[in-house]
Amino acid sequence: MASASQYFAAQVRWRWLEIAFWLCALLPFVVTPTYLSLASQIAITALFALSLDLILGYAGIVSLGHAAYFGVGAYTAGIFSKFVWGEPLTGLFLSAVVAGIVGYATSHIIVRFRHLALIMLTLGLGLLLHEAANSAHWLTGGADGLQGVKIRPIFEQFRFDLYGRTAYAYSLAVLFVCFLASRRIIHSPFGLALRGIRENALRMPAIGAPSRAHLRKIYTISAVLAGIAGALLAQSTETVSLEVLSFGRSADVLVILILGGAGRLYGGILGAVIYMVARDQFSGITPAYWYFWIGLLLVAVVMFLPNGILGGLAKFFQRRT
Amino acid sequence: MGSLVGVLFDGFAYGMLLFLLSVGLSVTLGMMNFVNLAHCSFAMVGGYVTVSLMNSFGWPFFATLPMAFLAAAAASVLLERTLYRRLYRASDLDQCLFTIGIVFISVAAAAYFFGTVQQSASMPSYLRGSVELMGVNFALYRAFLIGISLLITIILIASLEYTRFGAQVRAAVDNQRMARGLGIDVDRSFMITFALGGGLAGLGGALAVEIIGLDHAFAFTYLVYVLIVVAVGGLGSIGGSFAAAMVLGISDMAGKYYFPWLGAFLIYLVMVGLLMWRPAGLFGKR
Repeated sequence: MASASQYFAAQVRWRWLEIAFWLCALLPFVVTPTYLSLASQIAITALFALSLDLILGYAGIVSLGHAAYFGVGAYTAGIFSKFVWGEPLTGLFLSAVVAGIVGYATSHIIVRFRHLALIMLTLGLGLLLHEAANSAHWLTGGADGLQGVKIRPIFEQFRFDLYGRTAYAYSLAVLFVCFLASRRIIHSPFGLALRGIRENALRMPAIGAPSRAHLRKIYTISAVLAGIAGALLAQSTETVSLEVLSFGRSADVLVILILGGAGRLYGGILGAVIYMVARDQFSGITPAYWYFWIGLLLVAVVMFLPNGILGGLAKFFQRRT
Repeated sequence: MGSLVGVLFDGFAYGMLLFLLSVGLSVTLGMMNFVNLAHCSFAMVGGYVTVSLMNSFGWPFFATLPMAFLAAAAASVLLERTLYRRLYRASDLDQCLFTIGIVFISVAAAAYFFGTVQQSASMPSYLRGSVELMGVNFALYRAFLIGISLLITIILIASLEYTRFGAQVRAAVDNQRMARGLGIDVDRSFMITFALGGGLAGLGGALAVEIIGLDHAFAFTYLVYVLIVVAVGGLGSIGGSFAAAMVLGISDMAGKYYFPWLGAFLIYLVMVGLLMWRPAGLFGKR
């Protein structure tokens, strides 16, 4: 019978597959140097999906409005660089702080509700923010998008080039750091308590766990990560459009996470790779038709792969061994 | 003063439309707890049936309305029998994702068959124009819309309150397990309710063509409005849906008229506020 500390130590240990995965993330620099801007988009989306995974996959909070925090981060980074200073790392930090504050404020509302009311509230808050950004034309540029974002080179050394070399290195590094932090959180006693809340929301308070405080905490952390992802997008593309706050973005990230497998850390990353590469390949077809395949995929995943691709793979290998 | 009456009238007509679109979802959600986000796809079916029957086959407007109802009802029964029933015991999230998938598919299918342009149908001459009453203009079509929706509401409430089938539906909404225990065939009454709800949405979609238009993204655009009506009104409550649809319709119209710079901000604010105050909706029991 292993003790609790041994259990956590075994959870935290790095597996060979994980190390190989992160080494593979470096491959685009040598193998597909012409696709580096796509690769940076993938890293940003993966970080966004990871942030949703923390609340949806681990704490069981269903959100249809997670783009709110992504958008807050993106607009903060954009506005900061336009009016104050173009240094990327300060912008990134500030975006994380602002998104965290917004996330903490809304978490007080979020944790009180479940089921349909929760879904509707996250949707409503997301739409509210979208409309607010649309009306605040003087600050955000409204539907025209925020123009005039100028980002200085990172450490005054690495300029954001046309091929996306810097953008990918920057996004990948930030993704990796955020991933390490999430991995640490998930494999801590706090992470275990979150999974307990997900499995049975009534029993956890009964055994003395402060459920709501836990949920507020993870919701804030998730908002911080989403804000960082938004800031990365704003800085690497040097523009912010109203789309960062849209319902479509919230729905997309949900699809990505479910496709990859929620509650598995790597699910969102895998989902982002598949989704973004597929969208890039099929970009020739009209967006309206693209959604046909996404819809079909969603229906198929819910019917046949309830735990996403990673869940399906895990089951497949378990059965064989 | 005149403008206020006009805004109230237009908002009332708009609210009636929202009520038709959402009442079916409210009852089925209350009954089976099945989060059917694809409800507006049925409305889209109805709208396209009306538009194509009128434009391609030259049917009169009134003849197309029953066809819109029937087509949407048939589509909803088909979907319920083949796919939805497997998911009654699935989680909220799975149901949401599955039905969003259906919405995506229906939107893409509509774009494929009808293009991405705004559809239009010319209304018969006796529904065009407006009458002036005490200095206020009342559009005839909106008056007709209010009349037909009120008629449907009365029929609906009466049949739920005074028929045997209505009593079975109410029992199933209140306590599904108990209703089963008493020998009520909940699956059957659910199927019929689902068909009725889908059909009403189809009728709503057909009536909406003249007022709010119809394009391939309809199932998405109005999904939010329908969800607001259902969530604010409370699950399984026809009266609640009616009240919520009126509040939403009138406040949306008033917002557009008096505070155009706010856009849709006002109604989202109303929704979030109401939900925080009463999470189960205005008239919800759970």
